[in-house]
Amino acid sequence: MSDLQLPHINYAALAPMLILFGAACAGILIEAFVPRERRYPVQLGLSLAGVVAAGVAVITQAGTRTITAGGAIAVDGPTVFLQGAILALGLVALLFVGERSLEAGGPFVAQAALIAGSEPDRRQVVRPGATEVYPLMLFAIGGMELFVAANDLLTMFVALEVFSLPLYLMCALARRRRLLSQEAALKYFLLGSYSSGFFLFGIALIYGFAGRVDFAGIHAAALGSDRSNALLYGGLALLSIGLLFKAAAAPFHVWTPDVYQGAPTPVTGFMAACTKVAAFGALLRVLYVAFDRVSWDYRPVLGVVAILTMLVGAVFAVTQTDLKRLLAYSSIANAGYLLVGVLAMSKDGLSSSMFYLVAYGFTVLAAFGTLTLVRDADGEANHLSRWAGLGRRSPVFAAAFTFLLLAFAGIPLTSGFTSKFAVFAAALDDGQTWLVVAGVITSMVLAFPYLRVVVMMWLSEPAESTPTVSIPGVLTSTGLAIGVAATLVLGLVPAPLLDLSTKAAEFVR
Amino acid sequence: MSAGQVALVATLAVPAVGASVVAALPSRADRAARLVGTVAAAVTLVVSAALYRPGDGGWFSFGPNPPAIRPWHDLDVSWASGLDLRFHLGVDGISYPLVVLTALLTLLCCGYTLWHVPDPGRGRLLTALLLAIEVGILGTFLALDLVLFFVFFEVVLLPMYAVIAVWGGPDRRHAARKFVLYTLLGSVLLLVGVFTVVSAAGTGDIVALTAANPLSRGTQLAAFTLLALGLAVKAPLWPLHTWLPDAHTEAPTVGSVILAGVLLKMGTYGLIRVAVGVAPEGARWAAPVVGSLAVAAIIVGSLVCLAQRELKRLIAYSSVGHMGFVMLGIATLTATGLQAALIGNVAHGIITGLLFFLAGAVKDRAHTGLLDDLGGLRERAPGLAGVLGFAAIASLGLPGLAGFWGEAFAVVGSLRRGGPLWSTLAAIAALGGALTAAYFLRLLRRVSHGPASPVVAAMPAGLARPELASWGPLVLLALAVGLVPALVLGMAHDPVQALTEVVNR
Repeated sequence: MSDLQLPHINYAALAPMLILFGAACAGILIEAFVPRERRYPVQLGLSLAGVVAAGVAVITQAGTRTITAGGAIAVDGPTVFLQGAILALGLVALLFVGERSLEAGGPFVAQAALIAGSEPDRRQVVRPGATEVYPLMLFAIGGMELFVAANDLLTMFVALEVFSLPLYLMCALARRRRLLSQEAALKYFLLGSYSSGFFLFGIALIYGFAGRVDFAGIHAAALGSDRSNALLYGGLALLSIGLLFKAAAAPFHVWTPDVYQGAPTPVTGFMAACTKVAAFGALLRVLYVAFDRVSWDYRPVLGVVAILTMLVGAVFAVTQTDLKRLLAYSSIANAGYLLVGVLAMSKDGLSSSMFYLVAYGFTVLAAFGTLTLVRDADGEANHLSRWAGLGRRSPVFAAAFTFLLLAFAGIPLTSGFTSKFAVFAAALDDGQTWLVVAGVITSMVLAFPYLRVVVMMWLSEPAESTPTVSIPGVLTSTGLAIGVAATLVLGLVPAPLLDLSTKAAEFVR
Repeated sequence: MSAGQVALVATLAVPAVGASVVAALPSRADRAARLVGTVAAAVTLVVSAALYRPGDGGWFSFGPNPPAIRPWHDLDVSWASGLDLRFHLGVDGISYPLVVLTALLTLLCCGYTLWHVPDPGRGRLLTALLLAIEVGILGTFLALDLVLFFVFFEVVLLPMYAVIAVWGGPDRRHAARKFVLYTLLGSVLLLVGVFTVVSAAGTGDIVALTAANPLSRGTQLAAFTLLALGLAVKAPLWPLHTWLPDAHTEAPTVGSVILAGVLLKMGTYGLIRVAVGVAPEGARWAAPVVGSLAVAAIIVGSLVCLAQRELKRLIAYSSVGHMGFVMLGIATLTATGLQAALIGNVAHGIITGLLFFLAGAVKDRAHTGLLDDLGGLRERAPGLAGVLGFAAIASLGLPGLAGFWGEAFAVVGSLRRGGPLWSTLAAIAALGGALTAAYFLRLLRRVSHGPASPVVAAMPAGLARPELASWGPLVLLALAVGLVPALVLGMAHDPVQALTEVVNR
C-alpha cells in the first residue's frame, strides 16, 4: 500500500482565506471568553485587522497564477482582483456594521431566532452590545473569497454554503422591526436552500456527463464526450439557477426586495455589494472556464434572462415607494447590466464586468449607508414620502445622496456611466447589439425612480414629520466618504482601475 | 502644453471651479457668492475669446488630403485607455462663435442674477447651476470625441431641470418633467447612435471619422437616423418640439435666455459637426426628410405664434420657426446653407436671448404676460418698448440686423440646391419668413401700441442699470452681426467648405 499522497498546497496563495477564517474563529472564541462590555472594540478591531491583513495578503499575490490545493482552488488574475474587491467592499461594509452612535448598542441583536415580540425578544432589543455579527461577517467574506477562487464545483458549493449561512443569520439580526427582519431571513433561507439544492443537482448532472467536477475536466469533456448532451445542458441550467439566484437575476429575483427591506441596512449594503461580486465572480468562472465551448448554446438563454432582469428591475423600480425596495429593484436591474458584460464572452467582457462590480459596489454601499442616517423615533425612515424636503434640512447629505442616485442612473462623470459604458461597449464589440439596446432603454426607464427621489428631496416642501438626518459617527462618515469618493473618482479617472481589471482578465484553467 | 491648450482647458475649468466655489459658499454670503460666480463667468468669457486664432490651420492644409476639421487649438489626451475614451478638445471657425456666445450669455445671466433673483431666492445656487450648464454647453461645442460630446451633452440636462423646476413659473414642475422626459429620450437615441458609430468604426474621434469616413452605407444610415433624432429633440425639430414652449414659458428669465440662446444650439451644432460630419452619406439620404420637417416647423411655428396670447410662449414658439430655418440650412448640405445655419444659430442666440430678457422685464413689471392685458407699453415705458421693438424687428429678419442673414441664406441655399423639392421648400420657407414678420408686428401692435392698459399704466417706467447692462451687449451684437456678417461667416468659411467637400465626396 503506497503512502497517501497529500496535495501540494500553496499557503501564500491561500493566505487571504486562511487569515479570514482564522480571524472568524478567533472572533467566536472572543464571544466566549471576553467580558461582554469589552467585546465590541475587540471584535471590531479584530475584524478590521483581519480584513486589512487579508487585503495585504491579496496584494502580495497580485502576480500569482496558479492552481493549488489539489486543483480545488485557482488563484489567477480574476481571483486576485475579485478577492481584492470583496475585501475592499467588505471593509467599507464593516464600517457601517460597526457604527454604534446612531442607535444605542448598534443595529443588531444577539439572538436571531427568538419569537418576535416575546418577552425575551423584547429584552434583547433594549439590551445593547451584540457582537455576534462580526465573526459572521468574517465567515461570509471568507466564504466569498473562496467562492470566487473555487476551481471545481464541489469547492464552489462548499464556499456557497459558507458565505450563505452567515448571511441568512445576519438578515434576522435587525434591532428594529424584528418581525420583518425574521421574515426576510426565513424567506432568504428557504429560497436560498432551494437554489443550493438546484446547484447541487446541477453538479450531479455535470458529473454524470463529464465524470469530473473540476472546470478543466468539464472543459475537456464538453469538447467530446460519449454521454448525452442533455446531462450537460441540464446540469448547466441547474448550476446557473443557483448562481443567478445569488446574483438576483430575474426570474430568480423575487427574494431580493423583501430581504433587502427586512435585513438590517448595513447588512443589506453588504449583500448588495459583496454578494454580487461573489456571485458574478463565480458565474464568470463557470461560464468562461468550464463551459466556454458551449457558449453558443447558453448565450441566447442567458441573454433572455439578462433582458428580463433589466426589464423587471427597471419597471418595478418605478412603482416603489420604499427606498430600500427601490434600491433592491435597482440592484436587480444592475444584475442585468452585469449579465450583459458577462455575455460578451471576451476579455473585454470579463474586465468590464469586474470593473462594474467594483464601481457599483462602492456606490450601493454608500447609498445604503446614507439610508441608515435618516431616522425618526421608530428607526430608519425609508418611505419615500418621508424624504420630502430633506434637501432643505441637510443639504450636504442630500447632495451626496443625489450624487449617488445620479451614479445609479448612469449620468456621465460618475462611475455609473463609465461602468455601464464599459460593459455595453464590450457587448457591442462582440455583436450583442440586442442586449445593449435593451440595456440603454431600461437604463433610461430606471433613471426616473432615481430622479423622483431627487425631486422629492429638493423640490417638495418638508412635511411635519420629516425625519432627521443623524450626525454620522466616525465609522459611517469614513464609509460614506470612501463610497462617494470612489463613485466620483471612477467616473472621472477610471483608467487606473480599468487597466488593473484588464491586466487581471485572464483565467487559468 | 501650448497656450491654446491651456486656454481650452481653462474654458471648461474656470466655470467648473466657479460653480463648485459658489455652491460651497455659505448661504449668508449669498451676494458675495453671486459676485464670485459673475467674476468666474467673466473670466470664462475672456479665456474663451482668447481662443481666437483663425488662419490656415497650420501645415495640415498644405498636405495632399487636408482633414475636414482643422482645429485652431487641439488637446488630445487619453481619458480611459481601457475603454478607448479620449479627452479630445478643439475649437475652429464653426464652434468658436457659439463658444463665445455661450460665455457671453452666461455672463449676462450671472450679472442679471446679481441684481435680481427670481423666487424662491437662493441666488448663489442659481448662479452655480448656470455655471454648471455653461460647462456642459461649452464642452459640447469643444468636444472632438463622440463619447466626450455625449458626456457634456448630458451634463447640461439636470442643472437645467433644476433651474426650471426650482425657479420657474407656476406650472414649473410639469414643464421641467416634460423637458427631462424629452431630452432623456433624445439622449438615449444619441447614445445608441454614438455606440453604433464607435463600435463600427473602432474610434470615437470626430476628426478622424470626418476625415476618413470609414463607415459603410448601412451603418451611416442607421447612425445618422439615431444621431439626428437624438439631436433633433434638442434643436428642436418639429414634431419633436413640444417640450420647448412649456420649458421656455415656465423657466425663469435667465433659464429661458440660456435655453433659447445656446442650449438649442447644441442640437444644431451637433447635427453639423457630428451627424453630418460622421455620416455624410446618411445625411445625404435623409436630407429631404429633414428639410421638409424644417419647413413644416417654420410654418407651424409661425401659425401658432399668430394665434398665441402669451408673450413668453409666443417667443418660445418663434424659436421653433427660427430653428426651422437653421435646420433647413443644414439639410441643404450646401456651403451656403451651412453658413446660413451657423449665422442663424448665432443670430437666434443673440436676439432670442434679448427677447427673453425683455419678456422677463415686462412680466416682472406687469405681473402678467397675456397679450390681452398688455398694451400701450410705448406710452408708459418708452425705453423698454423701444428695445422690444428693436429685438422684434431683428428677429423677424430685417436686412441690416442679425436675423436677416440666416433666414435669407437658408432660402437661397435651398434654391441653389435646385430640383422641384428644394425649390418648393425654399418658396414655402420664404412664405414662413413673411408670416414671421406678421406675428412679430402683431406682437408689437398688441404690446407697444394703443392706449396703456391698466396693468401697463401701473408698472414702473424706468429701466434699471443692470438691465441696460445685460441688454446692451446683445443689442450691439445684433447690430454688428447684421451689418458685418463676416464676423461670423469669415472664420466659418474654410471649415464649412471642407465639410461640404466631405459630404459631396
